[in-house]
Amino acid sequence: MAQIVDRRLNGKNKSAVNRQKFLRRFRKQIKKSIENVIAERSVTDLDKGERISIPKKDTSEPFFHHGQGGHREMVHPGNKEFQQGDSIPRPQGGSGQGEGGEASDTGEGEDDFVFELSREEFLQFFFEDLELPNLVKTKLSTIIETKKVRAGHTSEGNPSNINVVRSLTGAMGRRMALRGPYKKELKQIEIELLDLLKRHNESDQIVIDLRARIKHLENKIKRVPFIDSFDLRYDNRIDQPIPTTQAVMFCIMDVSGSMGREEKDIAKRFFMLLYLFLTRTYEKIQIVFISHHTVASEVDEETFFYSRETGGTVVSSALKLMASIINDRYPTNDWNIYAAQASDGDNWHNDSKICIDLLNNKIMPYLQYYSYIEITPDQHQNLWEEYINVQSNWDNFVMKKIEKISDIYPVFRKLFEKQDA
Amino acid sequence: MSESLKTNLPISETSEWTFDLIEKYHCEIERIACNFGLSTYPVQLEIITAEQMMDAYSSVGMPVGYSHWTFGKEFVSTEKNYKRGQMGLAYEIVINSDPCIAYLMEENSLPMQALVIAHAAYGHNSFFKNNYLFTTWTSADSIIDYLLFAKNYIAKCETQYGEEAVEDILDSCHALKNFGVDRYKRPPKLSMQEERNRQKERKDYLQSQVNELWRTIPSKEQTNSDSTKLRYPSEPQENILYFIEKNAPLLEPWQREIVRIVRKISQYFYPQRQTQVMNEGWATFWHYTILNKLYDEGLCTNGFMMEFLQSHTNVVAQPAFDNPYYSGINPYALGFNMMTDIRRICETPTNEDREWFPDIADSDWNETMHFAMKNFKDESFIGQYLSPKLIRDFKMFAISDDDRNRKIDVSAIHNYNGYQKVRSTLSAQYNLGNNEPNIQVYSVNAKGDRSLTLRHTQHLRRPLDNSAHEVIKHVARLWGFDVKIESVNEADKVVKTFTCSAPKSK
Repeated sequence: MAQIVDRRLNGKNKSAVNRQKFLRRFRKQIKKSIENVIAERSVTDLDKGERISIPKKDTSEPFFHHGQGGHREMVHPGNKEFQQGDSIPRPQGGSGQGEGGEASDTGEGEDDFVFELSREEFLQFFFEDLELPNLVKTKLSTIIETKKVRAGHTSEGNPSNINVVRSLTGAMGRRMALRGPYKKELKQIEIELLDLLKRHNESDQIVIDLRARIKHLENKIKRVPFIDSFDLRYDNRIDQPIPTTQAVMFCIMDVSGSMGREEKDIAKRFFMLLYLFLTRTYEKIQIVFISHHTVASEVDEETFFYSRETGGTVVSSALKLMASIINDRYPTNDWNIYAAQASDGDNWHNDSKICIDLLNNKIMPYLQYYSYIEITPDQHQNLWEEYINVQSNWDNFVMKKIEKISDIYPVFRKLFEKQDA
Repeated sequence: MSESLKTNLPISETSEWTFDLIEKYHCEIERIACNFGLSTYPVQLEIITAEQMMDAYSSVGMPVGYSHWTFGKEFVSTEKNYKRGQMGLAYEIVINSDPCIAYLMEENSLPMQALVIAHAAYGHNSFFKNNYLFTTWTSADSIIDYLLFAKNYIAKCETQYGEEAVEDILDSCHALKNFGVDRYKRPPKLSMQEERNRQKERKDYLQSQVNELWRTIPSKEQTNSDSTKLRYPSEPQENILYFIEKNAPLLEPWQREIVRIVRKISQYFYPQRQTQVMNEGWATFWHYTILNKLYDEGLCTNGFMMEFLQSHTNVVAQPAFDNPYYSGINPYALGFNMMTDIRRICETPTNEDREWFPDIADSDWNETMHFAMKNFKDESFIGQYLSPKLIRDFKMFAISDDDRNRKIDVSAIHNYNGYQKVRSTLSAQYNLGNNEPNIQVYSVNAKGDRSLTLRHTQHLRRPLDNSAHEVIKHVARLWGFDVKIESVNEADKVVKTFTCSAPKSK
């Protein structure tokens, strides 16, 4: 006698442990793959899973087996024209052992092992570099709370959500539509009948016919139901993020010749993190990219990260542009304004004074937060010295020198402290 | 399938399964299997989800497996392929245990469930219970317990010694798992209770044994005379993991236990690797026979039969060698056709069959097939039962690929002169001994630097693949001292050496 056991309910996620082990084992390769991904992803596009591909040779497990060469005999099916004693050229790329092509049916290159990381796993790897404390990580990876809001009506739903007025209105409309033609005909026939009765008897065939017709129509009208399941309307509710106000994020970066690819990568990570943080707090975020060398201009993301200019640096040009954009487009009573500036600290030295002035008077009063990162392995540059004064004036001004990626987090600490308070 | 037989009503008209319907189909399948004389372990059918099926796939069919990244890797790639619809998970996973556990996936339609019941729960099940390799080499009644013991033991080691240390040992053992098998000596039966008790005693005992071998206080006479002559081990050892478990100087007791676990599990799966064609052929033959009988009795509908046949046909398809989908001989196709062919030879033999198979022509087919199922493995089964007709049907041809020649020779085809040659070549192809390099523990320098020498004896001049450079690192990690592999040609000359020095102690 067989036993039939329903195992569907237990043992969910049995492989989770093995999966974690796998991810941990290939952390290095996955991280490398993620680095490439980040370079390709847009600043606003951090919040989803990713397809990761790592070299197959890294994930393979070695075992003893025969190599090419020697003498081997094989049997194959499907002979067409071979006769005993035929000599045939050796097929390219192997002994004909029939083990090749193992991966070719996956559509990927045979050299890569490809799999999907979930959003959580992706963020985990992303944060890992940044050395965020757990508290912050949770804060960043939690999805914002939502609340139910009304969103019109649907024809399917939970009985407790039936909207009586809507349903009955619909029913009435349907009744009118379905009964209309019959009623019209009925009215006509009744008039006809009255007419006929003036000339005929009740027992005349034509009167009986008409009466029957009237009966028939009345029945038809009666058969149209007062309310049908088709009429039912339900209140619809959908999840909506708890509304918060909107924010604008200014990304300012020095694109002069002294900023290399590596510096820009660090800057990009920094901007991404700030953006991610803002998406947790604000529902609607706009980003303004301002790049500058001696002149500043508002650009799109592509240009921002990949264009390369030469020449000197005048930081105030960017700040001036930012101030005017705030003035024109982002009235401070409607917008929370954040700014992140990345530079190697180089500035035309007479210009730094102008920057301080701009920041103190035209920018900082309107800002939630201004972060400046100086990406340089060398000594502080002259912009830094001047910015120290700004920092002493404003609580919400944070500056930090960054040499490597793990330095990014401390810049954020202050921001999070403020939120917690 | 004459109409007159169809007196019964079909069990179901739908293709949606319910527990009730599965029960009913199972009942009928059991009855038919019983009438055909299939002897099985009790059946346990488990309904599982696709995700659980992928779990089972990725842990090579072990219902409870210890955790290791390689299973995670398998899961990740199985999941990817499944989600993209590149593979179905319809077919069986069945555990060689008592009771025999067969998995039914909830996504499958009713005909597929019936197919799996007939295939796995009766076909494979009876094979597990009766084939000589399985009865001598595996213990169906205790495997689940042992796997559970292994899982818990390894988990305990992870908490005690750290995940990485355990992973290192497992990686190394996995690299050698095909060399952790006794081929000729039957291992003792497994039992969880005994394992647990023994494991405690063994821990101390093993260590003392090892210490004995490596006793470092030298006695003068010995060093002078014996050490140069006496080789340890006195005879080459084929079970490398066993040798390591018993003799590796530096392993901790828990590490030895893990070596033992991998070795035991590998041993458990060894018969399955040797009987793939027979096992699948037997199971496929029976699902085909049983479901056809079901249909003859009028217990299933035409639609049911169409769905079953379509799936069956896909499974036993054999693409030709020049087909892009060709990846060797399909064990389902070869096995199913050989089994069917044996029945044909018994029931309606031709003159050719009488000449080739005088002892089975006109015999009782069921008895003959049971005899074949019980007493053979792939290699001997093909050597014994591959008929000329089947060689013609498959249009088989044998090639001889010698790297000293510029071209490949066709050594035999499906004609009168070629049948024997094709048959013996195909039979040899299923000899695991030919497919896996022959590597044995050759000697240990017990009195000197404690280095271990493995010897690879070339078969038909086939060299060891360069992956040996990687594997030898794993051997060295387990052994703890220098390791050397000598590749020896047929004239007993060392032609290639792989070496790896002792891993740095942590």
